[in-house]
Amino acid sequence: MADTATKTEEAHSDHHDDHHHDQSFWSKYVFSTDHKVIGMQYMLTGVAMALIGGFMSYVFRMQLAFPDESVPFFGRVSSLEYNALVTNHGTIMIFWVAMPILIAAFGNFLIPLMCGCDDMVFPRINRLSYQVFLLSAVVLVISFFVPGGGFGGAWTAYPPLSANAEYSLTPMGSTLWILAVALEFVAFLMGGINFITTAMNARAKGMRMFDIPLVVWMIVIASILFMISVGPLIAGAIMLLLDQLVGTAFFNPFRGGDPILWQHLFWFFGHPEVYVVLLPALGIVGEIIPTFARKKFFGYKLALYTVFATGILSFVVWAHHQFIAGVDPRMVHLFTVTTLLISIPIAELCFLYIATLYGGSISFKTPMLWALAFVVEFLIGGVTGIHLGASGADIYMHDTYFVVAHFHYTFFPIAIIGFYAGITFWFPKWTGCMLNEFWGKVHFWLTIIPFNCIFIPLFILGMGGQHRRIYNHQHFSELATPEYQNLRIFATVSLIVMLLAQVIFFVNIILSLRKGKKAGKNPWKANTLEWTTESPPGHGNFKELPEVYRGPYEYSVPGRKEDYWPQDQKE
Amino acid sequence: MGTAEAKTLPRSRSSDKSLPNGLLGMLIFILTEIMVFAALISAYLVARSSAEEWPPIDQPRLPVVATAFNTIILLSSGVFTYMANRAFFIPKQEAKACQLFLIAILLGSFFVLFQGYEWIGLIHYGLTMTSSPYGSFFYLIIGGHALHAIVAISIMVLAYRKMKQAVLTPSEFWTGQAFWYLVVGVWPILYYFVYLS
Repeated sequence: MADTATKTEEAHSDHHDDHHHDQSFWSKYVFSTDHKVIGMQYMLTGVAMALIGGFMSYVFRMQLAFPDESVPFFGRVSSLEYNALVTNHGTIMIFWVAMPILIAAFGNFLIPLMCGCDDMVFPRINRLSYQVFLLSAVVLVISFFVPGGGFGGAWTAYPPLSANAEYSLTPMGSTLWILAVALEFVAFLMGGINFITTAMNARAKGMRMFDIPLVVWMIVIASILFMISVGPLIAGAIMLLLDQLVGTAFFNPFRGGDPILWQHLFWFFGHPEVYVVLLPALGIVGEIIPTFARKKFFGYKLALYTVFATGILSFVVWAHHQFIAGVDPRMVHLFTVTTLLISIPIAELCFLYIATLYGGSISFKTPMLWALAFVVEFLIGGVTGIHLGASGADIYMHDTYFVVAHFHYTFFPIAIIGFYAGITFWFPKWTGCMLNEFWGKVHFWLTIIPFNCIFIPLFILGMGGQHRRIYNHQHFSELATPEYQNLRIFATVSLIVMLLAQVIFFVNIILSLRKGKKAGKNPWKANTLEWTTESPPGHGNFKELPEVYRGPYEYSVPGRKEDYWPQDQKE
Repeated sequence: MGTAEAKTLPRSRSSDKSLPNGLLGMLIFILTEIMVFAALISAYLVARSSAEEWPPIDQPRLPVVATAFNTIILLSSGVFTYMANRAFFIPKQEAKACQLFLIAILLGSFFVLFQGYEWIGLIHYGLTMTSSPYGSFFYLIIGGHALHAIVAISIMVLAYRKMKQAVLTPSEFWTGQAFWYLVVGVWPILYYFVYLS
């Protein structure tokens, strides 16, 4: 105990001196147990993987727009390579971009800062979590280069295609793919245990349950959903691995197995997974909107109860992914009802955000633009989901590009818009420098407009009956019409514009780090605890651990001189 | 691990009312484990309900009675662990707690060894991982449980050594116990579905 006290004092007394520790680069940035460094590591790894996943989408979109022509920077795309590219694009964007950035990076950075404590409760498990995650990313990247190429059985890995090398033609790629996913789950299990325990046990003095900022709640609930839903997928992954390596027949119908079983195990995880990544993004938006509308969050408790309900409902909707897989028709009706039900709480959350905006004094800073774009674009994703959730319509649209466009309208707002909203909002805290507003807005518009131009054509193509797993549409005369091909080219060109626009973001970051003006403690005049400490926060986060007196969204309180009221100010 | 961290790293505060950090973390992990076993059992039930005959006619029958005896052994190990926990918190009962805990560990180890002995017989009679879905599920579920039991016993041995040296903290003890109670508690359910029904 005495040791702990002196350590903490040391950490606090050297706050102002950046060079106080005689730590090497390695112990400070690579093997650190500090939650901010680990959050940064997750962020950078996630961004690096996003670049790989984005490059993959460029290659296969080029193949679709200009079939069988050589793609610049890649060469000709074979059908096996096309499958591997599509599969790994999906896998990377969900497991190695959305999860590490939204949950792990923001969770690591924000939970201790917003709860007012000095670090995670299990700092070493936290570091191990990142190391296992990095290993999983390396294993996945290696799987592209083994003999036979990367796994090409789609990110859902349905057997028997994924279970037998004679069907998938990737004997090593598919095993390494499962191994990488399994390692990634181990990393997030350790991370999730840390997030939940820290938010429950290590909050600042005086911070009651309903004084916790929304984003922390959302990450905690997302972690709980992940913990519950991942069990069945772990079980399924072990069975699939045994099918591949030992020769068991869990999913092989010829030897008494059941391929539909995998679909149940996968989607029991897969559907809550959507909410696992959605909730942190909703939380980030929930922090930004009150700050830039200078208004109290409308219905904070209602939002939390809504999210609890969403979490529970998300466990009973999974079979809507399997309407045409041959499941019992009575079950299909049941899952149509639950699926349509879950749109209610999500719509309710969107209404709460809009109600928060109503009557506020809104300033359109870059983070606010991203937050508003999130609500708008996610709404389109949610509304098109209703078509697919209704089994009658789904039988027609299943496995078409309508589905592809629908889930990109949910995942793009979550993973990419959510990331940009969060990073532009907390960048001053993370680095101590302000981002350039002008270039931030240019980047915003050059991302949002091309994004819609990519996926609206895909809705049209999907309604026209274009199946999502076709490698070359010229082989199908009814899909090879010039009108359809022009839509495909338009989507591909929009994608290239959007990918190139991301260069602006990276240049903006580098220039802002060099020349950006200093942020100060609280550039956005926000209330939550992370804005009460230095930017960037030193080791141990706070000079004195803060005490909390009120909820996180007390903006424009009548009778106060300032329009904000930080959580740690007594008066 | 908990104490090592406490010495070298600044700790966060936790209020007196909440569960200790280690125990809360373990309980969250146990939640995931319960879901893993629930998924395995439901997968097993799906496979069984769609099979024409279960167990397949050419596959050996499982040793139901011997395993019932082994189930009692495992359950009594759980009871001894609980008694050790009670003695641990009564002053001057440390030696008794150590003894009870040792009995619990030995009973748990006996359970694992006896299961292994049964497996040798089953493999001898032709029930293997690849002989049929019946065999695959048997070794997957029961083997998965055995792996958990081995890990839990290793944790308990480490805790026992610390208890002997009187450096075991209540939080560590509870954390280790929680995992063992998972292993003990999930077994009767697995036994019912895989052996009996």
